[in-house]
Formats: sequence, structure tokens, C-alpha cells
Amino acid sequence: MIDKRVDDLDAALAGIAAGATIMISGFGNAGIPANLLRGLGSMGLSGLTVILNAVRRLEESDPVFFADEQVDHVITTAFRGPGQETAAFEQQWRDGKLTFEIVPQGTFAERIRAGGAGVPAFYTPTAAGTPLAEGREQRDFNGQARVLETALTADVALLRAQKADRYGNLFFHGTQSNFGTAMATAARLTIAEVEEISAKTLPPEQVHLPGVYVQRILQAARED
Amino acid sequence: MAAPLTRDQMAWRAAQDLPDGAYVNLGLGMPVLAASHAPRDREIFYHSENGILGVGPVAQGLEIDPELVDAGSQRVTLRDGASVFDSAASFAMIRGGHIDITILGGFQVAGNGDLANWDAKVPNKGPLIGGAMDLAAGAKAVHVIMRHNNSDGSARLVSACSYPLTAPACVKRVYTDLAVLDVDVDRDGGGFVAREIIPGLSREELTTATGAPLIFAPDCCDLLAPNLA
Repeated sequence: MIDKRVDDLDAALAGIAAGATIMISGFGNAGIPANLLRGLGSMGLSGLTVILNAVRRLEESDPVFFADEQVDHVITTAFRGPGQETAAFEQQWRDGKLTFEIVPQGTFAERIRAGGAGVPAFYTPTAAGTPLAEGREQRDFNGQARVLETALTADVALLRAQKADRYGNLFFHGTQSNFGTAMATAARLTIAEVEEISAKTLPPEQVHLPGVYVQRILQAARED
Repeated sequence: MAAPLTRDQMAWRAAQDLPDGAYVNLGLGMPVLAASHAPRDREIFYHSENGILGVGPVAQGLEIDPELVDAGSQRVTLRDGASVFDSAASFAMIRGGHIDITILGGFQVAGNGDLANWDAKVPNKGPLIGGAMDLAAGAKAVHVIMRHNNSDGSARLVSACSYPLTAPACVKRVYTDLAVLDVDVDRDGGGFVAREIIPGLSREELTTATGAPLIFAPDCCDLLAPNLA
């Protein structure tokens, strides 16, 4: 019998180790796995690599990630804190305690999608002719320069959805899916927090992310 | 005395060029203001790169849904006929050339259409790209709204960008507080063609304020925007 539901945060996050590479979904305040992030932060792991759209969301979810220097490396589209102040993660980069790779958002999404789809690399027009393409493998297609980008995979993906069933099938609401759909396919262990675990199986046409990509489901209300 | 356009007036002017039936992505800042200034009789679908085609007005009161936001993290509504999807699908839509127009902000636009809008080299701050590079490389047309000059008077319309590029040779049209200009694709080495200029500003003054070769279209006319205060 398949039952991917877990009872609490500890069970949801069990086995995540220091040095893990973790993909974290969320855009703006939509689809942020805030409960899982607080749980992860309290585990006090070190040497983490995190892959997420905007680093400030991780700091907003739990400042401990940077306060305790749990993160070594970031792959992101936005390595910038809010306002004019220097954020903790910006300071750690300046102090040489943390490295990052900045990636255009569409390339970021596609590298993750490729990672989950078994495609090791692809060529894209994005960033051709910009400093980000310098030193990178490029090739002309139809007379236009394209940049080679490699797939991203991870040990763990954390995401948030609206509804799940025991099979791990997920239903997203609003703009909740964002990077979560691709991240779930690209990680060996995908953990979803959901507003509601449906007593009934989700109707097949309403399954936005098939359960094959999801290993653990935790019911956790959104806190605002 | 010439009166430069306000932010809303610049957005209003850019919005007038969005045709009925267009699929449009609006960048953060001034570009996103264009949505509220587009002519009401046109059906325009606004794309938001976090996964919306058909962004409606900002949500008020009971409409507010914390899990429904636009690319600026604003809580929004959806218009009739809207759809939502994941980020990889959203950027496939952009990169695949399915978005008709993107209106972006800019630090600098060069006379060959090069755009720099992502890294102003702010000390003590890290870089932020977001979706700008994909939009500039993938949309069918790239329009830019920005002030004509920096606060120190230096030009933002330049012969070559000094800031890191977002994408080369992508910009078609620029809306500034002084003029509407097209990138002069026919000119060797690049330059701009002024289409509209604010009343009271002379052609010599606009030429001085522009850091790249500038010519005036034969039908160059007054840039008139309503009082939106």
C-alpha cells in the first residue's frame, strides 16, 4: 500500500544531512514551504547548497540559515536582500563565507526541468551576448549565438501545494506551483507541505503533479 | 518651459502602443503601471513570469488570495480567460516567442538596441537578474520605459552600454520623460529616431540630452500625455 503522508515535521524532514543540496520552491509569498523551512532551519545542518529563486525568501522564512552560517552555496536568480541595507547573506558573500551562482530565471527553471527530465544540457538564447555567457560553451544555430546550460538536480526538494492525496498527487492553487513542479522532478526526495490532505483521491484531471515525483506529504496550514 | 512626463505619463504613453489582442509582459516598476493606463476597449492579456497569463487588477478586500501573486509579489486577481501554470512553462512561453511585447525598465539603452537593466553595480548589494534576460531575448518586441537622463544629467541613451548587458540588440522603442524614440536599425553604428518630443523642448536640447546619434522622424510630433495627477 502506498501512503506518503507523514505525521509531523520531524518525520517529513528525517534523513536530510549536512552538505545536502536542497531545492526550495516559492515565488513572492506563493508556494513557499514555510513550515518545512522553519523545521529545516532548526535542524542546524551545515554546508547546505540551496537552489531557490530569491535568496531573501529563505532569510525571511528563517533567519537562522544565514545567522548560523548553514548555507555554503546558493544557485539563484536574485542574490539581493530587500532595500539598501546589506543582508546577512550579502555580507557573508563579501566575507568569503558563501558563494553563489546567478542564473536568469527562465534558464533556472529550465535547468531544473531538464534535471528532472533526464536531459543533461540544452542550448538557450538567454544570456547570449552578455557577461554571463563569457567563458561558456556557445554554438550558433541559424546564425544566432546560443549558450549551453547544464541540468540541475538535488538531494531534496521542498514545496507547497493546496491539496494532496495519500498517493502524493498534488493540486496547486493560484500561482503556488511556480518552481515546485520542476523541482519535484529533479530531486531524489521531494517533500510537500499542503493546506489539505484530501480524504478522497484527487480526480485524475486535477492532478497537477503526479505522485511519482513526491515522496512525503505533510499537512501544514499557511501562516500569515 | 518644457515639463518632463511623470512616471504615470510615461507608462500611459507606452500603454497606448499595446494593440488589441496582445499578450504583454510588464516589468517591475514603471512598466507595470502601464496596465492601468491601457485603453479600456482593448483586450490585452498580461503575462506574469511566475505563471499567469491574464493578470487582472490588484486584489482588494475579499478578493485577496495569498497564494495568487504577480511577478512583483503583489496579490492580484485574474481576468476572464486567464490561465495559471508553472515557471518552466511560463518561460517556455517567453523564450519560445509567444509573448508579443515586453515593456521593461532600463539603466541604459544603446543605439544598436543593446539593453542594460539588471546590474547597476550597487556597492554592498548582490546581483538580481530575475526574468529580464529571458524576456529581452525571447519576446517578439522589447519596449523600454526609463528616464532620459540620470539625476546627474548623464545620458541613459548611449552609443555603448557601460553596465553589463541584459541582451544585445533587442530594444525596438524607448519611452522617456522627454521623448518617444525608436532604435535606428538602419544606421551604421546605431542611433535613435525621435518620434515624439515634449512641447517646449527644442530638438537641440533633446540631442544634447541623448548620448548617441539622434535624428528626427519626418513626422516627429509633440509628445502629449493627459494630466494623470
